[in-house]
Amino acid sequence: MSDQTVFKVIGTRPVRHDGVDKVTGRALYGADVRMNGQLYGAMLRSPHAHARILSIDASAAEALPGVKSVVTGADLPAIADKFAATGEGAINLRHLSGNILAGRTALYWGHAIAAVAATTQTIADQAAALIRVEYEVLPPILDLATAMAPGAAPLHPDVVTNELGEKGKTPSNVAEHFRHEKGDIAAGFAAADVIIEREYKTGTVHQGYIEPHSATAQWNADGQLIIYCATQGAFGVRSEVSEILGVPISHIKVIPTEIGGGFGGKVSVYLEPVAALLSRKAGGRAVKMTMNRTEVLAATGPTSASIIKVKYGATRDGRLTAAQVWMAYEAGAYPGSPVGAGSGVILAPYDIPNVVIDGYDVLCNKPKANAYRAPGGTNAAYASESALDEVARALNIDPIEIRMKNAAKEGTRRADGPIFPRIGFVETLEAAQHHPHYTSPLERGSGPRRRGRGVASGFWFNFGGTSSASATVNPDGTVSLTEGSTDIGGSRTGIAMQFAESLGIPVDQVKPQVVDTDSVGYNDATGGSRTTFATGWVVYEIGQKIRTELIARAAKMLETEPGQVSFENGVFSNGAMNNIPYAQVAADLDKTGGPIVVSHSMRTKGEGTAFATHIVDVEVDIETGKVDILRYTATQDVGHAIHPSYVEGQIQGGAAQGIGWALNEEYVYDKNGKLLNAGLLDYRMPTTLDLPMIEAVLVEVPNPKHPYGVRGVGEVPIVPPAGAIANAIFDATGVRMMELPMSPARNLAALVAAAAPASG
Amino acid sequence: MSHLVVNSTVNGEPAEFLCEPHETLLHALRDTLLLTGTKEGCSNGNCGACSVLLDGVLVNSCLVLAPEVEGRQVTTIEGLTPREGLHPLQQQFLENAALQCGICTPGFIVASKALLDRNPHPTEAEVRHFLAGNLCRCTGYDKIVRAVLATAAAA
Amino acid sequence: MAVVFVPPLLRERADGLRQIELEGATVGALIDSFEALFPGVKARLVEGSRMMPGLGVVVDGEVQPDGLRAPVAPASEVHFVHAVRGGLPLRRS
Repeated sequence: MSDQTVFKVIGTRPVRHDGVDKVTGRALYGADVRMNGQLYGAMLRSPHAHARILSIDASAAEALPGVKSVVTGADLPAIADKFAATGEGAINLRHLSGNILAGRTALYWGHAIAAVAATTQTIADQAAALIRVEYEVLPPILDLATAMAPGAAPLHPDVVTNELGEKGKTPSNVAEHFRHEKGDIAAGFAAADVIIEREYKTGTVHQGYIEPHSATAQWNADGQLIIYCATQGAFGVRSEVSEILGVPISHIKVIPTEIGGGFGGKVSVYLEPVAALLSRKAGGRAVKMTMNRTEVLAATGPTSASIIKVKYGATRDGRLTAAQVWMAYEAGAYPGSPVGAGSGVILAPYDIPNVVIDGYDVLCNKPKANAYRAPGGTNAAYASESALDEVARALNIDPIEIRMKNAAKEGTRRADGPIFPRIGFVETLEAAQHHPHYTSPLERGSGPRRRGRGVASGFWFNFGGTSSASATVNPDGTVSLTEGSTDIGGSRTGIAMQFAESLGIPVDQVKPQVVDTDSVGYNDATGGSRTTFATGWVVYEIGQKIRTELIARAAKMLETEPGQVSFENGVFSNGAMNNIPYAQVAADLDKTGGPIVVSHSMRTKGEGTAFATHIVDVEVDIETGKVDILRYTATQDVGHAIHPSYVEGQIQGGAAQGIGWALNEEYVYDKNGKLLNAGLLDYRMPTTLDLPMIEAVLVEVPNPKHPYGVRGVGEVPIVPPAGAIANAIFDATGVRMMELPMSPARNLAALVAAAAPASG
Repeated sequence: MSHLVVNSTVNGEPAEFLCEPHETLLHALRDTLLLTGTKEGCSNGNCGACSVLLDGVLVNSCLVLAPEVEGRQVTTIEGLTPREGLHPLQQQFLENAALQCGICTPGFIVASKALLDRNPHPTEAEVRHFLAGNLCRCTGYDKIVRAVLATAAAA
Repeated sequence: MAVVFVPPLLRERADGLRQIELEGATVGALIDSFEALFPGVKARLVEGSRMMPGLGVVVDGEVQPDGLRAPVAPASEVHFVHAVRGGLPLRRS
């Protein structure tokens, strides 16, 4: 934290700078791009979950009037095995390329096979349908048990099990196995008075952003490739397109549009390289490709289905003595599920002396898993927090009490080794414990409507990463702030506020804009809850530098030394009698040394981790299995809230997504691997009717590493909801739901099974 | 393919445009009339991002064929915005931080206008019922519902 | 000497040790010291001139973006962990 303890801007709730554009419909999103002479693209996708591609005949498509180009996987340059850091782990670039347009094998229903560009969307769609593909259909692998079974047919002949750099000898659908270990697990369970061991399953879910993917590419005759797209990270798009197409990054300019949600699902490319290839083949005319909702659900996202086994040991007084976890996550068609991150989440809130966690990244014939808000965390916490609720009940201890008793604090060693710095988990528990929601009695309901209350906690790492920005002081005293962090939920304003605070001007004098990859230094994507932390830190440094320079200029005007000049409340002062307003110093920059332009770049460290505790009251209709959320309270250590409304918004939105994951959302496949609910009627996300107001309680434990105490806030709120709701359903009905989503049909089946007399 | 000529009134002004017979009002608005404030989220009536008013009635423009608006009045987010300043709903959405990514916002504001035109002082339950056809994935709806209630309270 | 926590799947290569005290001013130097004692461990942690993709290194509680070049103090505690990037995409390293 800086010496400043009274803030003028931070903690206020200004209207966002891009607000008017967004409430009037003038903001330009991915699909709003329109280029001179633009063509429209369409993708042909695999109707099989697993099939060898024997031949592709595009002659009929190419013959259709209006068709300008057709591309297939054969148009992608061959890429050698090369691993690069991406998402929650490493990806083989050859696999990344194979996901863009299938090579010899289609690996999931909806896998891109070929694409067409034509003068109208109608012609492009017709042409795509005219492409003849001959397939040899192969049996699909659609679940973890089948994929992991000994002797299972491997999806990829070149994927072997990686165990911390030790490679298996034969192809396997288990792309990775890892382990965390701490203490003596056998001794830990031997010291336990109660042991709870359970197995949980979770379904495949999608990020569900409302804006479908859209990309417009123009490959000019001079070799320069321009891409407009809605992305969480323009620089990541540039890198991936460069690698996939074998084009130097200096030839690629990515111009990010406004983005209609992402939640992790818009960090990697899908359409961009294809639109670029179509453009090049069409003589450099711009090609715009926009997915429909079916394509979004079938071929982007999703996040992993999983099986998670949790075994806890605890003493009679509620101290956890040991925990053993086995977790397998579906990676989809290519390696790279978020199981590693999930393994870091699953026991993180607790100080448990003896731990073993085994994690498995498993291939199957579903779309390649992509990041989704605290990737891997919701699955993990659903399992561990459900099991912990059972421990508490077995010992007759209040659920917040047992979490308090075992809570991780500064100095606690995580299961994967490192020691926590200052964290605010206990503070979230205290806030929950004393909240009127938790202290108020729960009306138990009557008849078929049973009510219950549940609690769960969650952790997320957060990420720091690299950010760059630049600022120019304008003659009218405003400051143009140029950044490269995609603004997905108001971050322009949260960043501008930190800049305004640092420099000492009102936030409405800051003009923040997100620019293209040629116009600002490198920025990692908006993800990992990093932007307000890292880009905010960068602009803090810029603000300090400009402040120092402005004081020097004012000193010249006041004919004194900079050390004699202060800057407070918009006035530079050299003692009581001599002062000069900020506006005049800005207006006279040209006379005192020229414009002030400051750029700064940082590879940040010290991102604070995030903890949250959620309380939920539910009503279960035991005749239908439907669950209604009656009341929801989320307490979270948010570090220092820069714009409290948008921090609340992150918590409310994350909780809502977690509620959808818990109660309704899942991919439903038929036995052949066709996705049956590839639309928003049947892939049912929460509506206004499904949610109550969500009370966000901001617990502020400032991150000591950040100049304004910022911690990432965006991801952790999706971690606790499923566990909290499962615990509330048990509280209401006495039935423990062992699988997500806890949909009416699944709940009803569990309620009926529980009510049936035990059969011999 | 033969095109149809459609004469309608869009945002209070006469609008004559060509369309293919199967084309939706959503595409005519976005691609022909260049009114891109109306957004496409699903194209089958399940997300509400394309909400517009047709003769004052809330519709999903992805479910209306463009030729159907012959002789009718269409109001989009662009038409809801006054010449100066903002519509009270727009102002309240901003002040209540009722948007994050903003892609659903035009649809929500149009739908909320349709609600307040019929029911100037709705309860929270009525707001939630009326807006259930509009999906937002960012906010959890809390601040959206509050913005609509605040608009009604200030009217 | 810094304390390096040996990842569980590497312990069989390191006489079952859970931790080991090693000399080195950087993470890379520590790994070289480790390799000198237990040949073969470096190939499990390092690829070319960088950390194995997907592997992160934590020194004294902080994730180190500089990887092998990250400085290490004599009393530092070093862990090799899953690189968690919040879903961030490809980055040339």
